[in-house]
Amino acid sequence: MAHSAFLRTFGKHWMKPVTLALLLAPFIYLAVLWIIMLNGGSTPMGWDPVKWTHHYLGDTAIRILLATLAVTPVRDITGWAPIALIRRRIGLAAFFYALLHMLAYLGLDRGWSLVKLWEDVVIRTYITLGMIALVLMVPLALTSTNGMIRRLGRKTWDRIHWLIYPLAILAVTHNMLMQKTLWQMQPTVHAAILAVLLGWRLVRWSVGKLKRPAEATA
Amino acid sequence: MELKFRRNTDYQDLSNEITPEKIFIDRRKLMAAGGMLGAGSILGALPACSEPQGAVAVPAGASNHPKDGAKLTAKKTAFAVAEGPTVEEAFTGYCNYYEFGTDKSDPARNAFLMKTSPWQVKVEGETDAPGNYAITDLVDYKNLEERVYRHRCVEAWSMVVPWIGVPLNSVIAKLKPKATAKYVQFETYHNVKEMIGARAPVLKWPYTEGLRMDEAMNDLTLMAVGAYGKALQKQNGAPLRTVIPWKYGFKATKSIVKIKFITAEPKTAWKQANGDEYGFYSNVNPKVDHPRWSQASERVIGGKGGFNERRNTDMFNGYEKQVAAMYAGMDLAKNY
Repeated sequence: MAHSAFLRTFGKHWMKPVTLALLLAPFIYLAVLWIIMLNGGSTPMGWDPVKWTHHYLGDTAIRILLATLAVTPVRDITGWAPIALIRRRIGLAAFFYALLHMLAYLGLDRGWSLVKLWEDVVIRTYITLGMIALVLMVPLALTSTNGMIRRLGRKTWDRIHWLIYPLAILAVTHNMLMQKTLWQMQPTVHAAILAVLLGWRLVRWSVGKLKRPAEATA
Repeated sequence: MELKFRRNTDYQDLSNEITPEKIFIDRRKLMAAGGMLGAGSILGALPACSEPQGAVAVPAGASNHPKDGAKLTAKKTAFAVAEGPTVEEAFTGYCNYYEFGTDKSDPARNAFLMKTSPWQVKVEGETDAPGNYAITDLVDYKNLEERVYRHRCVEAWSMVVPWIGVPLNSVIAKLKPKATAKYVQFETYHNVKEMIGARAPVLKWPYTEGLRMDEAMNDLTLMAVGAYGKALQKQNGAPLRTVIPWKYGFKATKSIVKIKFITAEPKTAWKQANGDEYGFYSNVNPKVDHPRWSQASERVIGGKGGFNERRNTDMFNGYEKQVAAMYAGMDLAKNY
């Protein structure tokens, strides 16, 4: 069993270990930057590393979330089925970085004070939206095992994981609300990509072609 | 006369550097006319063309100020901050100067194109002494003071900067504002050729800011020409900028080219861009939050390797004793 779990995580398909390495790379990079900084070295984080770290984690989370949403369109357009093998780990990585993003804010910005964090959630709209998005990711992460899919049944599981659409909209809105002006382009680009990914689904759905392959509904 | 590359004649006269298009074309026409005219007559035609309507002669002494980064001598003052100044690299490398880009590292990279000499300031409005002033007419470079102030940005970070300059009230005294002048407005240099960030309408250019007359005359308010013992670097607002230490940083005006005395509260750049978040007063106040973030504490820029700790923000940025009386009876949450 241990052997097969190992294979499921690292082996079987070349894409699995490669994706895992790619998804962990931003975290390793950030960790290296912090080690260099705390030893007095200069880093690309510049003179406001706390803010830099916070934005880096948030941007990474959103981009990986968008990558999760891109898996199905890529599969359906290219017909390359194996890509679905890496969707779960991409989604889990999005949750991982979103959680770190929140923890970095709580620790580095709010001094680990849950009271201050809660005040922010209540008062500041963009934090409210970001926090809801993060909370909505929890059930998705917890049900991302083969066992849970079996236990819940595909239909219930699908219904839970449909939450990725509203939570992605919340996350991108949270991102956009932090812009000082629309000319700080990144959040605008994130929103545009999300619009394309969701728009594609809407078109497929309205054309009535969004049917799952037979083996998945079994 | 349409000279599209000279749209900034009000501020900085570039005529010495660039041959106006019309002269260039006229010369070619004259040459083509076939040598009927000698070189002398071509040159003779130049002065008429090189002074287009509306152009102002550069005042004498406009080039006599120390160049960016040149050493300045200034007498020390009692204005100090316990922690001492932030490392200079943070001051010159971490800047908000949107005319050079919205990223904090953009100004240090992009500001080199700006010309800071000659430098003149247009003074207008409710004054008995309007006109164009050379920077050396406004600032007495022989009487510079060094003042170490805490600089608090509205984005909840702070630095400690050893500014060099003269009290703004000493400058205003030379400009003879009338009794009707209730506010003073400052305007930043604007030139899209030299300021790459100003090509996008991020804010309403040129950048304008303003102060109530009593705020401008307060002893703390500085007209700065230097920092860290040197003339200001371009990314920090060379050659001339205001420093108002009890207000958020954006209330200062960098690279000032116009001072206007007015009767009513001026429209200011950030207030026009987003009045719900950036008010006219913008006094540092830990109890009045920015709508999107808390102002109760701030990230201290310039720690080891760049690491920034937090400190609690002081009322009026620690200058309550000197400035609180100006706002007696005012609702500071309403007048944010």
